[in-house]
Amino acid sequence: MIVQAIFYIFAGLLIFSASMVITVRNPVFAALFLVLSFFSSAAIWLMLEAEFLAIALVLVYVGAVMVLFLFVIMMLDINLTRLREGFASYLPLGIVVALLMMIAMGLVVGSGYFRTEGVSPVVSHAPDYSNTTELGKALYTLYLYPFEIAGAILLVAIIAAIALTMRKPRSTKTQQPALQVQVKKEDRLKIIKMQSEQQQ
Amino acid sequence: MNWSTDIMLALPEVILLASACALLVIDTFSKDSGRNITYGLAQLILIVAASVAIYLYTGETSYAFGKTFVSDPMSTMLKVVVCIISLIVFLYSHEYLKKHEWMQGEYFVLGLFAVLGMMVMISAYSLLTVYLGLELLSLSLYAMVAMRKESQAASEAAMKYFVLGSMASGMLLYGISILYGVTGTLELNQLSHMLAVQTEQNILLVFGLVFIIVGIAFKLGAVPFHMWIPDVYQGAPTAVTLFISSAPKIAAFAMAIRLLVDGMQPLLIDWQQMLVILAILSMAAGNIIAISQTNLKRMLAYSTIAHVGFLLLGILSGTEAGYAAAMFYVITYALMSAGAFGVIILLSRKGFESDNLNDIKGLSDKSPWFAFIMLILMFSMTGVPPFLGFWAKWFVLKEIVDMGYVWLAALAVVFAIIGAYYYLRIVKLMYFDKAENMTAIKASRQMRLALSINGLALLVIGLMPGFLMTLCLAALIK
Repeated sequence: MIVQAIFYIFAGLLIFSASMVITVRNPVFAALFLVLSFFSSAAIWLMLEAEFLAIALVLVYVGAVMVLFLFVIMMLDINLTRLREGFASYLPLGIVVALLMMIAMGLVVGSGYFRTEGVSPVVSHAPDYSNTTELGKALYTLYLYPFEIAGAILLVAIIAAIALTMRKPRSTKTQQPALQVQVKKEDRLKIIKMQSEQQQ
Repeated sequence: MNWSTDIMLALPEVILLASACALLVIDTFSKDSGRNITYGLAQLILIVAASVAIYLYTGETSYAFGKTFVSDPMSTMLKVVVCIISLIVFLYSHEYLKKHEWMQGEYFVLGLFAVLGMMVMISAYSLLTVYLGLELLSLSLYAMVAMRKESQAASEAAMKYFVLGSMASGMLLYGISILYGVTGTLELNQLSHMLAVQTEQNILLVFGLVFIIVGIAFKLGAVPFHMWIPDVYQGAPTAVTLFISSAPKIAAFAMAIRLLVDGMQPLLIDWQQMLVILAILSMAAGNIIAISQTNLKRMLAYSTIAHVGFLLLGILSGTEAGYAAAMFYVITYALMSAGAFGVIILLSRKGFESDNLNDIKGLSDKSPWFAFIMLILMFSMTGVPPFLGFWAKWFVLKEIVDMGYVWLAALAVVFAIIGAYYYLRIVKLMYFDKAENMTAIKASRQMRLALSINGLALLVIGLMPGFLMTLCLAALIK
């Protein structure tokens, strides 16, 4: 009973914060609501006894990704009024298309297919059961191949980021006295013999 | 699970991954500004990977890594073809990078990772590996398109490619998640089995299938998911366009076969209808819009879309002979596309991309031999016998006529004839128009040689298409 209540609290919080992410006007608030939605989904994962995933979600997404995201938002000077231009004129068409899609998808996916009866409840484990160990075992045996490919994808992301952003070192105008004192007259002065101008 | 046999089966991939990582380090410390070491080693790696794939060929179907990986005749065949095509592409690209003084070792490293992604897609046996292979390939390609920093067109193309590509990946993933939700399995064989058993949840399965088809159609570039192709082909540096237009299409074909045939054969009737629509639209839009193009790269982009329509005809026939015909088509297409972009690279100079239709005017005066090679390529793309492109179209049409889709075959022929106009226009420009300038073609000997072989191959294989067809049939008939 109490578990169910906790679930509904976090599920409600998740839906609320997720809808706030896309409706709120200020992008910083949107990012913060995204943080809240990550927290609530982490709580739901904890209730499913997936402790490692829950903590990884908080550490990786809340701790690293969202902080970076906030930095990006603060650094970019996005002109929101320009983005919202034409919003009102596109709105009616958008609503019609969205409604049609919702009805169509609702008819297909709607009820009946995703009932809870067929889903078995969460299996409780003894206190000495380690979620992390089990995940590690699955990752390095059953899913070794996909796991390695995921590693290769991350490597490509690093290579791509460096290849796209690294530029040649800028030529700075620092003085180099050692070279300056060695300069000879011939290096700087060039004597050209040319014909004197003739009168016509 | 026996690790040593598993790793033996995936040895081409293992070698490719390990040596691409090594190449990355070598490239970093290499003092060679011409990047000849990186280029040479990249070519060597491709040759080794292809030879290992051939060496390991047994003709049997074996699985590895908990059935996420499959090694069968089709995977060996396509891996070898991908390696050969990439070899040609790297050769042409090296010429381009040298000509345009844009030598970056990362081009070859990212190219190798893209080849790895293609290989993963080709021998994927789980929805998870299909998706991961696709991401590995796409990510490398996005970066390669954007790598030319000073080019605004390239940045724009990369952005469009990235945003639309991520959308398509998202669609594919959504479809995968629905299939997983209904059947509870990611493995293709089991998925096919579950689909055959479950009939009452059919609508939901077809709903998932739609998203999978969208993902495949995007990667192949079928109408109406083709919007990225013209812009990316035109905006990307020609060396990258050359790469995108050739080998990845083979991987996309493999993905379509794995997902639709290996994984969803019981839903044949459903995906057949969807592919019919995609095929007709692609052939129509591709061939008709290509006529009004003045940019050669953009024209070839629309020609790609038209070819994809033909390729889909082979897949939708739903028979093993049809899949073999589609495989024949995609290999032929990759060869023709590599050659056509190779000619553009051959004609280009520093600061001059040579990608306008006018730039090809009077090529026969400048270089009769390469005008002839381009003539072969264009005739082959049109489908004039005895070139290879004719046989590719012939086999596909034969299969769909056998399946009773005579009207579809007739429609395909009509669109192919419309397409003949813009291919033959290039021949006209080359032979009957005067060149605007007579700057001599500057190209290295290996470039000239490779391009000649590439062009003549279309003629020689076209004279005896039975050999390649036998290979394709052997790869697909179980």
